[in-house]
Amino acid sequence: MDAVLIEGLTKTFRSGWPGLPPVTALSGLSLTVRQGEIYGFLGPNGSGKTTTLKILMGLMRATSGKAEVLGKPAGDVQVRRQIGFLPESPYFYDYLTAEEFLAFYGHLAGLERAELGRRIDHLLEVVGLTEARTRQLRKFSKGMLQRVGLAQALIHDPELVILDEPMSGLDPIGRKQVRDLILSLRDQGKTVFFSTHIIPDVEMICDRVGIVVKGKLLATGRVDELVRHEHTQSVEIVCEGIKVDEVPVIKAAATLVLQRGPHCLVALPGPDRQEEILAAIRAHGGKLVSVTPQKGSLEELFFQQPGAHTDGQV
Amino acid sequence: MIMSCVVVIAWNTFRENVRDKILYNLLFFALLLIGVSVLLADLTIMEHHKMVTDMGLAAMNLVGVIIAIFVGIGLVSKEIERRTVYTIMARPISRAQFILGKYLGLAFTLLVNVVVMLAVYLATLWMYRAPVHGALLQAVELIFVELLLVTALALFFSTFSTSTLSAILTLALYVIGHLTTDLKAIAEKSHSETVKAVMTGLYYLCPNLEALNVKGQAAMGTAIEPSYQALASLYGLLYAALLITAACAVFQRRDF
Repeated sequence: MDAVLIEGLTKTFRSGWPGLPPVTALSGLSLTVRQGEIYGFLGPNGSGKTTTLKILMGLMRATSGKAEVLGKPAGDVQVRRQIGFLPESPYFYDYLTAEEFLAFYGHLAGLERAELGRRIDHLLEVVGLTEARTRQLRKFSKGMLQRVGLAQALIHDPELVILDEPMSGLDPIGRKQVRDLILSLRDQGKTVFFSTHIIPDVEMICDRVGIVVKGKLLATGRVDELVRHEHTQSVEIVCEGIKVDEVPVIKAAATLVLQRGPHCLVALPGPDRQEEILAAIRAHGGKLVSVTPQKGSLEELFFQQPGAHTDGQV
Repeated sequence: MIMSCVVVIAWNTFRENVRDKILYNLLFFALLLIGVSVLLADLTIMEHHKMVTDMGLAAMNLVGVIIAIFVGIGLVSKEIERRTVYTIMARPISRAQFILGKYLGLAFTLLVNVVVMLAVYLATLWMYRAPVHGALLQAVELIFVELLLVTALALFFSTFSTSTLSAILTLALYVIGHLTTDLKAIAEKSHSETVKAVMTGLYYLCPNLEALNVKGQAAMGTAIEPSYQALASLYGLLYAALLITAACAVFQRRDF
């Protein structure tokens, strides 16, 4: 059983005014999240990430298609016992202290008093808010709110954790803490499905990733596979003692040439003609300084997707 | 588990009202009651006791209605606007439980208010040596039923409209609810069939809040029949229950 199963999910919003066309947020989206993995849901603002997560949590109904969470239809009340959710830029009851806040969500999840006390102590320590436990949330910084929000998502020790932009608005230390927390959840056998538009975070911690643009899933798979299969690895050659303009074979093969006096950088689109170019450098009396294969990044892959550089339509 | 979720939401709503200093209105009530009573003691020659008694009930009603409307309209819409509803609906709780919990939370706040206001009121009557009789308690009980009904109205509107629109609609229905006998009279006297139909429709559709208003008799010391009180209370509670059911139905269909 997959933790999340989405097939042909479509969501259309009616326009508020008669005559205006409806807005399509999701268009036949399909993906699966396997149990025990960290799945990064990557896309630009307005691409349909939040809409997808809201449908999974039962906050919104799909226009068509299928969405299942832990084998139950999305929105099933009972299955929510096994799901932890943190919405994007969350606002919480700011008149509550951190421990009252966690107790409130723990009671809603049906935790017993003794267990709840233990979970609150543990989670406040995990998110580094033990000393702020009796402080009202209205006195919390944005980073602290995000961390206490994560704690509420984990208060009932869920199997599946769904996080909407969990790193947004956090400083580098805060982002690292959240990354570490997500990795520790996987170590405990939990499934984490999170949306983000911060690519390095996805590259660092995700087992698999899905790229969504304008409500459509454009690519999905392991990060290294996506980068290897869909992005051509380039090669950078640095040499000295030749003038590239005088070597037509290099000039024809290179995508970029930087000549600074005797030093020269040649970028090749791939490794196919690497040996030929190295031979040409030697034949013209040049000295090889370095050959560096350029590993493709998720960022480059992301920007190869049509529409990824602009906001979507939602 | 079903009830405990409702209780958790209700308790949190009550706590929110307390921490938002809603109960400070009690101070306002006490000052209003004592201030007006002192003023009237100086100005009136006759029926001083009746005026103090009457003013106390009216002040209690006014303060309660203000809380019921202005807190009630934000019960659900504020949760949606601030997006706190996202994390609550992510828990194993149905939307109907959420609505019921929010309603009961405000109802409990109103109950605390009414009880404290009643205590202040009785103390004021005792201070002025005004007679205290059972009719006053009957009137206060019906005031509380009216508050429950007005809260349900505000909650219903808050499930599908903004706070401002909910306030306008609730206030409008509150005013119409106190004019239902006039609506009936207009329907009977009008020669236009359209006016008759509209006024009769409004008469049956709008809550008859005048049925819950026995403040005048109570101030005179005239008790109402227990059967009337039971029937009026039942009417108010049933109307509130219908509104809460409708609020649940509307909220069930909403996307957030």
